[in-house]
Amino acid sequence: MPPSKNESIIEVKNLAARFDDNIVFENVNFQVRKGEILVVVGESGCGKSTLLKIMIGLHKPYAGSVFFQGMDIVRADEDQLQAYRQNIGVLFQSSALFSSMRLRENIALPLQEYTDLDAAMIDSIIRMKLAMVNLAGYENHYPSELSGGMKKRAGIARAIALDPLVLFFDELSAGLDPVTAVELDDLIIKTNEALGTTMVIVTHELESICNIAHRVVMLDKSARGIIASGTPQELKEKSKDPRVRSFFLRQMPEA
Amino acid sequence: MEIGKDWSKSYKISSTAKDRRLSIYLSGNFSIKNLNDFTVSIRDLAEKQKPAEINMDFSDVSYLDSAAALSLMQIQKYFKAQNIKSSFVNLTGEAKRIFSVIDEQTLTKKSCKTEKRPDSFFVQIGDAFIQLMRDFIEVVEFVGELLTALLYTLLNPRSLRVKDVLFYMKRAGVDGLPIVGLISVLIGLIIAFMSFLQLKQVGANIYVPSLVSFAMVKELGPIMTAILVAGRSGSAFAAEIGTMVVNEEVDALKIMGFDPIRFLAVPKVIAMIIVVPILTIYADFFGVIGGLIVGVTGLDLTAHTYLTQSLKTIKVFDIITSLIKAAVFAALIAGIGCQRGFKVRSGAQDVGKYTTSAVVSAIFLIVVADSIFAVTLYYLR
Repeated sequence: MPPSKNESIIEVKNLAARFDDNIVFENVNFQVRKGEILVVVGESGCGKSTLLKIMIGLHKPYAGSVFFQGMDIVRADEDQLQAYRQNIGVLFQSSALFSSMRLRENIALPLQEYTDLDAAMIDSIIRMKLAMVNLAGYENHYPSELSGGMKKRAGIARAIALDPLVLFFDELSAGLDPVTAVELDDLIIKTNEALGTTMVIVTHELESICNIAHRVVMLDKSARGIIASGTPQELKEKSKDPRVRSFFLRQMPEA
Repeated sequence: MEIGKDWSKSYKISSTAKDRRLSIYLSGNFSIKNLNDFTVSIRDLAEKQKPAEINMDFSDVSYLDSAAALSLMQIQKYFKAQNIKSSFVNLTGEAKRIFSVIDEQTLTKKSCKTEKRPDSFFVQIGDAFIQLMRDFIEVVEFVGELLTALLYTLLNPRSLRVKDVLFYMKRAGVDGLPIVGLISVLIGLIIAFMSFLQLKQVGANIYVPSLVSFAMVKELGPIMTAILVAGRSGSAFAAEIGTMVVNEEVDALKIMGFDPIRFLAVPKVIAMIIVVPILTIYADFFGVIGGLIVGVTGLDLTAHTYLTQSLKTIKVFDIITSLIKAAVFAALIAGIGCQRGFKVRSGAQDVGKYTTSAVVSAIFLIVVADSIFAVTLYYLR
């Protein structure tokens, strides 16, 4: 689905994060438009995962706000956060599937908790979601019986169980071989196009970024914030910042 | 689609009927959150009108998610089963895309792994017995490997990771001092109080100190200390090694040429063999103190009399055998804790299972070993 030109679904305003006295980033401002795939990139330690954890309401920032449909989730109470979390899905770096449960039970968990659907409908939804991620027939498998790529896809099936408005991915293709990573990229694009789900992806895989991103936000450790944003093409071809060029062209910055 | 929105009011369904042909107009938001509501509304409409043909018009649908789309497809299937012709008309681009990703065939596709039916009672008993035998063989194998590793360490003392031994001595010993002390005082108090209630009837209060010190040094001191250490350290060893197995740290050790048993188990076993006897002496002492509190406050004995009576009963032989017992218990706790840790294969559930098993097995082995000691020492004396 092409991103909406104006309508933003998430707005990050003057966000700052610190660990003790160490500033991770400050004055971070950007918007996530409805239906777009926004990729957050940057070197290790620049605060990508911290930013993601603040956006999903797991961490509190040092300062600033994150607005979702007008509600500031940084200042939201527990009930509001719970309502927010029903509208988002998250795929963690390790997939975070519950190892003691079959895939069926992993996906059924949010459906049983947040809807009053009957068992037959829940079963149909589980099968549909698994088919969407090319895992039809795997509902009785345990996570330990799956490969790394399959675990990621199962994680996506669980994340989209409630048809969330926004999906967050932490290090989408970390630890996957290039072929599986490309398959996962295709799945992301297909899900975005079919369901119109807005996606925020944290990664540093250049190929993934170029394949899937509608827009890129680049964080930098030394700048302690955003140094560039735009389409991958714009950043790759037009940016004059040596850090951005080095990232996209995978070469050392000019001395 | 806002947070906290009342989804039951976010859609509208209207209809027109003509010549047994029912047109249903859907408008608004259709999602997993109002799926039950709109499904019932549409089915009710069809039941009332009894049409031969139904058209569902999507032109005013502003939001449709995959669960709602799936539900509408199932309604269509339901109509088909009722011999009602049905079709979706004026689908928006978004709706078309969502319907296109739902593959009806996969909804009824047989799972590629069928759930195993539970075995019969006798098969389960047989399996449990085989499992028990396997477990026994594994423990024997592990004991063999552990003894080899200990012998190697004895012959090559430099190979011992002294830093690790000191660390586990602190963890199992020093960190356990408060709880072992507290429990021992309470046990001493209880024995003194209970024996006082009985012995006062025959005017034999003077034997309370002997009973407390005899029970503490010979049995309760070593056993209580061992049970506490099994709960604290045996479980910790199993969880620590189990987590290392899950994280492939044990595989990494093997690849780097280290023997995991020598690297991980030996320091723990040696630390425990050193520290548990010391903890046992400490527990004996606090047990006697517990009895002393009752003796001085309840039996009108002086502290001097109480301690003299206590010391009269305790023989050097008893203390030595108590220490030997404690060392054997320590080896059993550490050994079984490490063995259970190495048995973990995958996941948090396995770690939990084998941690529990480490504690239960350790307590069982402690009691078995204590019974053997009781009989052997009886004949030795």
